[in-house]
Amino acid sequence: MEEVKLFGHWPSPFSYKVIWALKLKGIEYEYVHEDLWNKSALFLQYNPVHKKIPVLVHGGKPISESIVILEYIEETWPESHPLLPKNPYERSVARFWAKFADEKCIDNKVFFSVGEEELQKNVEESKKLLKIVEEQGLGETKFFGGNEVGLADLAFGAISHWLGVIEEIMGVKVLQSHTFPRLFAWAENFKQDPIIKGNLPHRDEMLVYLKYLREKVLAEQRPSLS
Amino acid sequence: MSKDEVILLDFWVSPFSIRAKIALAEKGVEFEAREEADLLNNKSELLLKSNPIHKKVPVLLHNGKAICESTVIVGYIDEAWPSPGLLPSCPYERSAARFWADYIDKKVYDAGFNIWKSKGEELKVVNKEFMEIVKVLEGVLGEKKFFGGDHFGFVDTILIPHTFWFYGYEQFGGFKVEDECPKFSAWMKRCMEKENVAKFIPDSTKVYEFLCAIKKVFGLE
Repeated sequence: MEEVKLFGHWPSPFSYKVIWALKLKGIEYEYVHEDLWNKSALFLQYNPVHKKIPVLVHGGKPISESIVILEYIEETWPESHPLLPKNPYERSVARFWAKFADEKCIDNKVFFSVGEEELQKNVEESKKLLKIVEEQGLGETKFFGGNEVGLADLAFGAISHWLGVIEEIMGVKVLQSHTFPRLFAWAENFKQDPIIKGNLPHRDEMLVYLKYLREKVLAEQRPSLS
Repeated sequence: MSKDEVILLDFWVSPFSIRAKIALAEKGVEFEAREEADLLNNKSELLLKSNPIHKKVPVLLHNGKAICESTVIVGYIDEAWPSPGLLPSCPYERSAARFWADYIDKKVYDAGFNIWKSKGEELKVVNKEFMEIVKVLEGVLGEKKFFGGDHFGFVDTILIPHTFWFYGYEQFGGFKVEDECPKFSAWMKRCMEKENVAKFIPDSTKVYEFLCAIKKVFGLE
């Protein structure tokens, strides 16, 4: 098998989406931690357009943008742990939700809020988005597409673990079990999947790191977690 | 075998709707394009029921099942009617096509919108940003006939409808895409010669008039 390398940055949820996909499919890879405040020449060569992690390099060829990478992984290694169903309509539904997760970035809005007014506005906005996912995205199944973790679940992964840490740092409550029972149950199921469970950033370490990042936001450096 | 019912909830000027129409035509699929009579003020019940989350066109209704988001729709069309393929067959080239479709989604419409709503010094800045995006895309095209290579493909389908608004942007911005990006311009012409693109091109003067009218509605004159 050709060499697989992942350029990522701990604890970015975008990196973790790709880690999860690789681990679920049992693909061996080399992880390269990229310093986002001092990007390497090699990394910039691999993603000159957006200059962001994650970047997957397979046999020397780079693929960027987390959802594009997930689709590539699915097509290159289709047999083990499929991330998409076979039926075109169901695939389109999974892709719709993956796009929604990617575009709305629900955890980010709250984290990058500056000032109480903006924070409350973003908390309300995030709750509206979560309501859409709660009522229209999750049916009665354990995960988005059925009983196995798939593309849409990976795309929403940040809500399962990162959002809780962000809530603590920002002193807000966004995802609560009584308001979003389906999503809350989904998050618990997602984190209990053996592969996901074994590949989550440590909560206490995340708290320290995100507090440090938050100080940078407040100092108006506005760094991005990719 | 019963016939497929294929309906597209549509708006004549929307580049996103046109993407879906071109894709369906390329696949030889018969469909009914149902125009939204008053998209801004009075969306149809069918649209609101089929796309309750975004409430936007296009929506593809295939035997009653709704598919939303134009790039997802084009991907669905490519899989539901596999031949001729819009995406290439090799996974790496498919990932490149998806990457550029995502880039186009994130950049082109907003850059154009910025020209349409700006004036004075700000306009000069946004003109430059717009042309930089077109230059990047011209670089991706390179010497190829289409973004898909020898054949019109996924990225071509995603991008060409946006170019129908370029005349409007050029009028507002006071520039010409052809002057700075002749290869891109040549690609535009090649695409517009294709029957499955030509039949969906809205008249550029009508597009410009539409953009002027919307400017008034939003008080941006």
